[in-house]
Amino acid sequence: MDPVTFHPARGTFTQRFLGATPRAAWIGLAAFGLVTLVLLPILHLAVPAGHPLHVSDYVVTVGGKIMCYAIAAVALDLAWGYAGILSLGHGLFFALGGYAFGMYLMRAIGHDGVYQSDLPDFMVFLDWKRYPWYWHGTQHLLWAALLVIAVPGLLAFVFGLFAFRSRIKGVYFSIITQALTYAAMLLFFRNETGFGGNNGFTDFKRVLGFPITAPGTRVVLFMITAAVLCAVLVGGRYLVTSRFGRVLAGVRDAESRAMFLGYDTLWFKLFVWTLSAVLCAVAGALYVPQVGIINPSEMSPANSIEIAIWVAVGGRGTLLGPVLGAALVNLAKSWFTVAFPQFWLFFLGLLFVLVTLFLPQGVVGLGRKLWRARRRVPAASLAPDGKVAA
Amino acid sequence: MRRLLLCLALSLSLPARPALAALDPTLVKQLADEDSDQKIAAVQKLTALADPAALPVLSALAADGLALAGDRVVIIDGERILDAATGAPVVPAPESTEPITVNNRVRRELTSALAALRLFDVDPKVRLDAAQKLASEATLETAPLLERALVRETDPKVKKLLTLAYGQSTLGSPDAAVRLKAVKALGASGSASVKNLLTPLLEERAEPDAGVRRAAKSSIASIDARLIAGDVIARVFSGLSLGTIFLLAALGLAITYGVMGVINMAHGELLMIGAYATYAVQGVFQRRFPVALDFYLVAAIPVAFVAAALVGVLLERTVIRFLYGRPLETLLATWGLSLFLIQAARMVFGAQNVEVANPSWMSGGIELIGGAVLPWNRIVIIAFSLGVLTLLWLVLNRTRLGLFVRAVTQNRAMAGCVGVPTGRVDALAFGLGAGIAGLGGVALSQISNVGPDMGQGYIVDSFMVVVLGGVGQLAGAAWAALGLGVAAKFLEGWAGAVIAKILVLVFIIIFIQKRPQGLFALKGRTVES
Repeated sequence: MDPVTFHPARGTFTQRFLGATPRAAWIGLAAFGLVTLVLLPILHLAVPAGHPLHVSDYVVTVGGKIMCYAIAAVALDLAWGYAGILSLGHGLFFALGGYAFGMYLMRAIGHDGVYQSDLPDFMVFLDWKRYPWYWHGTQHLLWAALLVIAVPGLLAFVFGLFAFRSRIKGVYFSIITQALTYAAMLLFFRNETGFGGNNGFTDFKRVLGFPITAPGTRVVLFMITAAVLCAVLVGGRYLVTSRFGRVLAGVRDAESRAMFLGYDTLWFKLFVWTLSAVLCAVAGALYVPQVGIINPSEMSPANSIEIAIWVAVGGRGTLLGPVLGAALVNLAKSWFTVAFPQFWLFFLGLLFVLVTLFLPQGVVGLGRKLWRARRRVPAASLAPDGKVAA
Repeated sequence: MRRLLLCLALSLSLPARPALAALDPTLVKQLADEDSDQKIAAVQKLTALADPAALPVLSALAADGLALAGDRVVIIDGERILDAATGAPVVPAPESTEPITVNNRVRRELTSALAALRLFDVDPKVRLDAAQKLASEATLETAPLLERALVRETDPKVKKLLTLAYGQSTLGSPDAAVRLKAVKALGASGSASVKNLLTPLLEERAEPDAGVRRAAKSSIASIDARLIAGDVIARVFSGLSLGTIFLLAALGLAITYGVMGVINMAHGELLMIGAYATYAVQGVFQRRFPVALDFYLVAAIPVAFVAAALVGVLLERTVIRFLYGRPLETLLATWGLSLFLIQAARMVFGAQNVEVANPSWMSGGIELIGGAVLPWNRIVIIAFSLGVLTLLWLVLNRTRLGLFVRAVTQNRAMAGCVGVPTGRVDALAFGLGAGIAGLGGVALSQISNVGPDMGQGYIVDSFMVVVLGGVGQLAGAAWAALGLGVAAKFLEGWAGAVIAKILVLVFIIIFIQKRPQGLFALKGRTVES
């Protein structure tokens, strides 16, 4: 792991918060913001289709999707890269956020469903006469938004409390999170659970009264996602460079030692774990209106472990890494599934193996190594890697 | 004297041979009547005689083999022509015969008549079959027939069934005493459908006689007890068989996790390889040795073991050994390997499930009270798993390799210092674990679908077994596997499969709170890494 330059502990909160992100990163973020918040919306909305500079629907959708994945990956990285907690069940929180927001979107369909009923089509199909209690209030965007944060947050908190209290860690924790998401997937596959069974939620019509497939709505969702991603990166940077972040690194590298020094590691782990789950849920909530569907297969263990590979490819323990990893892997997936559909799983499997064997620090680590080699920094100044997140 | 008695008993117990008994020729003649109603009446009368001699006549009629030759009815049996009434060959053969035709109404009547007459067949198996069939559709009309069969019946199994069928048929009798007898007889049943028959009799409207109502109540109670017992046995049994599958899947995982601290996420795919190896062996037997097809499974056992073990050693040497000390990364890498293996299986064997048939000696089962059936294939699997467990215990405790494996599990560095070749032990232990997973695949191929994704569902369950049982503990793994299997089956019956899975998971999370080292922890001080 590369040594993190810690920001000064003095100054007002704003100074500390903004000062955590180095100047070069601010420039990068500004460039990213310029492209996603200004350039792309103009090129999509104002430039007519067929013009060489026009940005197509497809690009906007894929871009928005990948940014959601990137948020999820950063969220996982906060837990895995900075606290050594590898979750193989983050897809659960992603999907829960998506379902919570999807409930609002389903209510927003109103009478425009196939059966033109007050209830969503799948409930009509099950011959339900009224909404189950947990759907109460979901017609309000704000309540749904609160659910997006509260439900996964609460689940993660309770689960984490039990798990960390009994010092479940390492592979034990990973597998149990995987079992958790697997069990939840089975639960959501049932029609009686009240979330549309196999098919989940789809056929959304509008969000806040705007038609959901209109270019304007899409671009606004895209811009919100980009802004959230930037905020997560800046906030994450502050968090990991703060005092809290330093203790967290201590917990990751030598938990027993941190405990002997008097830190109650439970709360450090629990906080970052719950935060990570909530961020992942937010990513899921942004994902659903852009992709237009949420179903239980999002909770499959394979999906969750894929988030981990995005982080690993990009480089865990860095904030930029997960973003790069999510983008690279998903672009590769888009290309492979069109060009060589049979070989995608081979490629993905190989990626898992090769990255863990040869690129433990991911693309970002590789870039840093090359950069240092060019500047002839002696290798001895590099922190020894390997044991860090074991 | 005794011999004479024996002869007498034998001749009495054997149904009379058709050729000896003669049927009433006018009744037989009525079968040839133009009018369907007359035909049906004849069929019914013949059935009511409960005479085995009627069986060939009626089956000939059903098979369009009955004909009218001048004045008498004959059975055309290939080249031979027999007199329907006596069963004796007709010599000389009549010059012309006119076939007797039956319409659908008569045919329906014939079908149930034949079923009833089979109650008098020589073969007890056929009688059992017929009794079972009649028990499901017993009415007051069949009662005399059943009664006659009951008197004659010697086989205890058939007799029991007949008693039940007779009880059912006389349940609607106008005579309260007959009904009481029927209700009491039905108390010996263990079937839910009989219980449904008795339930209405509890009400005064349906059953005026108080004595019958009381008897019905006690009969229902005894049926219930039998049903519950059967249900419990069936559940324990299916839980045990699920548990032994968990066991076979978890044993290999426990070894590799104990020795190397590595969770092999591709372990489920080793099961899959074992199952596909079974499929391949089955294919070879089908093509080369169709005579010995029933024994392909025996040949599949070593093949599956070797195939899975080779793949396991290959994985260990090429990937996993470079990741020692980095367990989280090993999770990812082995997951990648599992994706690779799944896709490879998909390309070699196709994405569809392939069919692996049970050998004939594994079909069927042992029937218990309350309608519970213990299928042979599950019994074989349980025995097989226990055999594997025993063998593994011998290998680990009685061989040099086992000694080394245990040494490396306890303290890798120290074992290396005293000259244990830890690298080779790792590879061999991994191969052993993989081979056992392959054996698990053989077992699994007999009870579930064989497809590329079949292994995916087992990794979580088998890890739970390892967690629950404690690392590196064969006994712990065995108890945990069987316990989890039985618990899962009971919870399934009570709350449904999905909720059962969630409950088991919650239980394990709570369990680890109390005993983080599993059920059977190694005694001694532990050091946190």
